[in-house]
Amino acid sequence: MSTLVSPLVGLCGFAAALLFILGLKRMSSPASALSGIMLAGIGMIAAIASSVIALPDLPAPALAALPLNAGLALIALILGGGWAWWRGRHVAMTAMPQMVALYNGMGGGAAAAVAAVALTSGIRPTGVDLAATLAGALIGAISLSGSVIAWAKLDGSMGSAWRFRGQRLVNVLVMLAALVLGALIAIFPMPGPVLTGGFFAMALLFGIAMTLPIGGADMPVVISLYNAFTGLAVGLEGYALGNPALMIAGMVVGSAGTLLTLLMAKAMNRSLTNVLFSDFGETGASASGTEATRPAKSAEASDAALAMRYAGSVVIVPGYGLAVAQAQQKLYELIKLLQAAGVGVKFAIHPVAGRMPGHMNVLLAEAGVPYDLIFDMDEINDDFDAVDVALVIGANDVVNPAARSDKTSPIYGMPILNVDRAHQVYVIKRGQGKGYAGVENLLFGLDNCAMVYGDAQAVLAAMVQALKDSG
Amino acid sequence: MNGIVALYVFMLAGFTGYEVIRRVPSILHTPLMSGSNFIHGIVVVGALDALFGATSTSGRVLGFLGVLLGAANAAGGYAVTERMLAMFRASGKETK
Repeated sequence: MSTLVSPLVGLCGFAAALLFILGLKRMSSPASALSGIMLAGIGMIAAIASSVIALPDLPAPALAALPLNAGLALIALILGGGWAWWRGRHVAMTAMPQMVALYNGMGGGAAAAVAAVALTSGIRPTGVDLAATLAGALIGAISLSGSVIAWAKLDGSMGSAWRFRGQRLVNVLVMLAALVLGALIAIFPMPGPVLTGGFFAMALLFGIAMTLPIGGADMPVVISLYNAFTGLAVGLEGYALGNPALMIAGMVVGSAGTLLTLLMAKAMNRSLTNVLFSDFGETGASASGTEATRPAKSAEASDAALAMRYAGSVVIVPGYGLAVAQAQQKLYELIKLLQAAGVGVKFAIHPVAGRMPGHMNVLLAEAGVPYDLIFDMDEINDDFDAVDVALVIGANDVVNPAARSDKTSPIYGMPILNVDRAHQVYVIKRGQGKGYAGVENLLFGLDNCAMVYGDAQAVLAAMVQALKDSG
Repeated sequence: MNGIVALYVFMLAGFTGYEVIRRVPSILHTPLMSGSNFIHGIVVVGALDALFGATSTSGRVLGFLGVLLGAANAAGGYAVTERMLAMFRASGKETK
């Protein structure tokens, strides 16, 4: 064994952990965020290097098989890394949430595979190591299958929610079966492939069963939760492997992911237990209708454009409908025209605009909108009284005043953007349909609100044209 | 590793993750979720160690699977996060 190798391996791992934390820290501000991910990337290279540097220290039987193993590793790195890199570079920004879900599930699967190698090898871990290996395997496998279901739901290749009577009981039984099998693996000195396979099968089944009944609206929270799960699984496997870099990186993500999950759930006015065990995201249509919605007025795109042109301040409230129509570019064109005419324009972003918190910011950034025009709900919500025109594009539930007033509404209590307090509101909307939660929108019937029906891309193009014509 | 030392490491890492995220503006939540997703891609290192040390066919198959999935997690997480963050810019750096 070389005396130089060991400290170098340790130093590489240390550098990785340090760079990950520094990177995450830099990612917490828009100006330094890009350098943050790059730092973390260097950390990853250092971590992988540590694994390669440690090769001469392998025990003799493994060293003998090294050419084969190293060849397999290279193929796996190129196939897995290459595919994911290509997909990551080419996926549409609107499809980002499900892509993150998929990558996350793969990380969970990798943690489960690492555990499976340890459990099926001749020299099994013992004691606390074995417990950590099993716990990491369980959590990682749940994260894998759960994330794949979340991906399929967001990708539209699977129906939204799937429920049956007694589902919760079935889920509890599946979880218990996984725990019992895990305990049996720990008790028997030589558990067979049936026992180990059954344990993983039950864990995977639980991930599926847990995610199936959750509606599409709640999926971002679930993805974030599984992100934290994978982090935890990686941390536990890191402990079993005696690798501090894995422990630190995994646990940092585990706790950060948990906090992020809670923040998201809070922004949607839902508790985590509510997301996981209730039937929202799907129902709600039956609960509306206590207050007869007044007929909505409609307006021409050109009239709305000119109203904005001669306003002092305009606030834009973009929703997912804007991204679906791929109209961000057109919107930014409109905004530049308004700014040139001396109108103060700001964006107001609801925490759950888009498909996950911050998703809308990414979509606007893609169109070139500077981030200092973009304001969070908390920053801007008290200012709507002084706003001349609010333009709502493809957003619905997040501007519904029923969340403030109608106690019977399923979205009652959800924080909303107070656009109804602006002097004039225009809503660009595809048709008469309801929002994601299936609730009537009281905003549309208000006196200061007018609807501009049509595809967001077409309406915004008409608005741009009207402004150009007016000089 | 000593179990108690491991507990200290887990505790400190847990607080670090919490504190680092706590001050993040919601504008960055999606890139941050993606960025933390990238960071747990370090699991590929554990998978590499497992594959390098494999002496049986089952160990090789499982290790190969682990490296395949872990590499996808790390590479995809980085590609997506970097792409998103490269888009953020302030008014001053605009075209005009």
